[in-house]
Amino acid sequence: MAEASIRVTLKLYASLGKYLPEANRRSNQIALEVPATSVMTDLIAPFAVPPAACFLVLVNGVFLPPGQRPTAVFADGDVVAIWPPVAGG
Amino acid sequence: MAWQRKILRVDLTAGTCTQEALNMEWAKAYLGQRGLATKYFVEEVAPSVEPLSPANKLIFATGPLTGTMASTGGRYSVITKGPLTGAIACSNSGGYWGAELKMAGWDMIIFEGRAATPVYLHLENDTATLHDASDLWGKTTWETEPALRKKHQDSQLKISSIGRAGENGVLYAAIINDLHRAAGRSGVGAVMGSKNLKAIAVRGTLGVAGIKDPKAFMKATAAAKKVLADNAVTGEGLPKFGTQVLMNVINESGAMPTRNAQDIQFDGAKDISAEAMHAPRVTDGKANLVTNQACFGCTIACGRISKIDQTHYTVVNKPEYWGASGGLEYEAAWALGSANGVNDLEALTFANFLCNEDGFDPISFGATVGAVMELYEMGVLTKEQLGIEAPFGSAKALTYFAGLTARGEGFGQEIGLGSKRLTAKYGHPDLSMTVKGQEFPAYDPRGIQGMGLTYATSNRGACHLRSYTVASEILGIPIKTDPLATEGKAGLVKAFQDATAVFDSAGICVFTSFAWTLVDVAPQLEAACEGDWSLDNLNVVGERIWNMERQFNNAAGFTAKDDSLPKRLLTEAAKTGPAKGLVAGLSKMLPEYYSERGWDTEGRPTAATVERLGL
Repeated sequence: MAEASIRVTLKLYASLGKYLPEANRRSNQIALEVPATSVMTDLIAPFAVPPAACFLVLVNGVFLPPGQRPTAVFADGDVVAIWPPVAGG
Repeated sequence: MAWQRKILRVDLTAGTCTQEALNMEWAKAYLGQRGLATKYFVEEVAPSVEPLSPANKLIFATGPLTGTMASTGGRYSVITKGPLTGAIACSNSGGYWGAELKMAGWDMIIFEGRAATPVYLHLENDTATLHDASDLWGKTTWETEPALRKKHQDSQLKISSIGRAGENGVLYAAIINDLHRAAGRSGVGAVMGSKNLKAIAVRGTLGVAGIKDPKAFMKATAAAKKVLADNAVTGEGLPKFGTQVLMNVINESGAMPTRNAQDIQFDGAKDISAEAMHAPRVTDGKANLVTNQACFGCTIACGRISKIDQTHYTVVNKPEYWGASGGLEYEAAWALGSANGVNDLEALTFANFLCNEDGFDPISFGATVGAVMELYEMGVLTKEQLGIEAPFGSAKALTYFAGLTARGEGFGQEIGLGSKRLTAKYGHPDLSMTVKGQEFPAYDPRGIQGMGLTYATSNRGACHLRSYTVASEILGIPIKTDPLATEGKAGLVKAFQDATAVFDSAGICVFTSFAWTLVDVAPQLEAACEGDWSLDNLNVVGERIWNMERQFNNAAGFTAKDDSLPKRLLTEAAKTGPAKGLVAGLSKMLPEYYSERGWDTEGRPTAATVERLGL
């Protein structure tokens, strides 16, 4: 029996945008279909994004604490947005 | 000691310039810049003063670290009673002017009275002279700066001036230095204009003498610079993407006030973001962003320098706008863009250029346009009144209004009064997104609850630069807190407010606080200045400054009922995002905040608090 898959939108912002395929850089996002067991590192691995560069991670706008990132799985339709260290004001 | 121990008092009515010794007892209690100048202000000016009257005073003040080798040590503040709010006003600017004033040998300048005709002040080290500025009146800041350099044959002259907005009484007029750095908020430029003071041109060659322990100071500043360089935010994120990187962060977080705060997310955010500023344009293949830029002594360099697409409708046949100038920071991009539903990056850049050129605050201007657009869509305001169709999303209306406001023409005169007065005039005061009359910036309190308390209690009216809890609630600096929770926010806001008062009084940029805490600031002050600048005492100094400002506002007539938020934020729930269904939970936080502050239920510092802080 095939492993269940889910659709996730991965958004890579600021200096992480360069890891996206050329065609996706202007929108900063890419639609993925991944195994339902995927965690954050599984989403970014195909794009060679260094996990250490992932400072701020939001899932549907909600902060994903660093401690939960190695184990948290996603739901179908989730939007996962990732930034390097950023601030403003 | 790092103070110059010298202030300049300029009586514009009498036309005199007088040197005075700095009150060192006050300096040791209020540090400098925001704190020390506010101490002078509250001692000399009645809280009931009419902001645009000659009885109001206008103080330009540096901090002890201004002009030194401390990173970001180029700041100055302008302190007065603000015409937009009727509250204490204190606007902070970077660039090079503040350091130049300090290196001319002055800690601050106090302007009082009103000149009979337009004047400007020329300072060359110890020599201070008032000059006729009749030929400069009516000119923009971009015209004023080169004109004064040419007149004085000094290409190094640093100039702080008002444009036509300040002359015309735009209640959120700014004071501009170095072409595009601004003491931006609360209408300090209108006070300057009301005094017939066009500009202050400064040349300082004396340096900052008297550092208490130069060797220790070099060691402390070098260590602090290393902290900034090693920190990924101040060492990489801010230089590369500037504050504008927040556009997508805040939008994804569901905390972006959109279309006059009717919505909390903007589908055009991606088009006006830091990422968009970096991307090559479809039209000419060039990016909006040209480079980053640092203020005096800054090792972060977050400033944006942009060029507008020459084929864009705003600048066709207007080569004066084709050059590189101050680009969009996050607050400006939000106010000119998201607040109005406008996603045209070039139009926003143009409107921002006009804000710099004629000196007015893009936050209050943009948010006021948002109210105008809502009134237009309701049918309360018409094309005939406005001179243009003005639905949400209209870049042409935005840039049209920016021009009118800059020049003081047509409906721009009403926009120049701010949204509180404008919406009241047209019968819909609840559509003004203000606290104490000042428009709130780019964070929706329904999605970042601490910012609701921040806005409600800010001493200069709604503002993010008095307590930037976004750092904690969204970015996790220094610790992550839940943006949707009200619990614990009273203490968080108080801590941010008190610490920020110290940063603003030291002569350094508050953006250092993304990497520094007061633990990093204290050794620099201890090495530079006489007095007790230990961490414990700095916490007290910050709290003292905050309460001093509060006491002035209370005496000016503000009460607990003014510590509120626009009705929309309190009653209309967020429609989308993580905050969907939530309103701002101010009532859950405010009583605890008063208690944490040592204030009574009416928001007045108790006798015990006043005594503890030595007020």
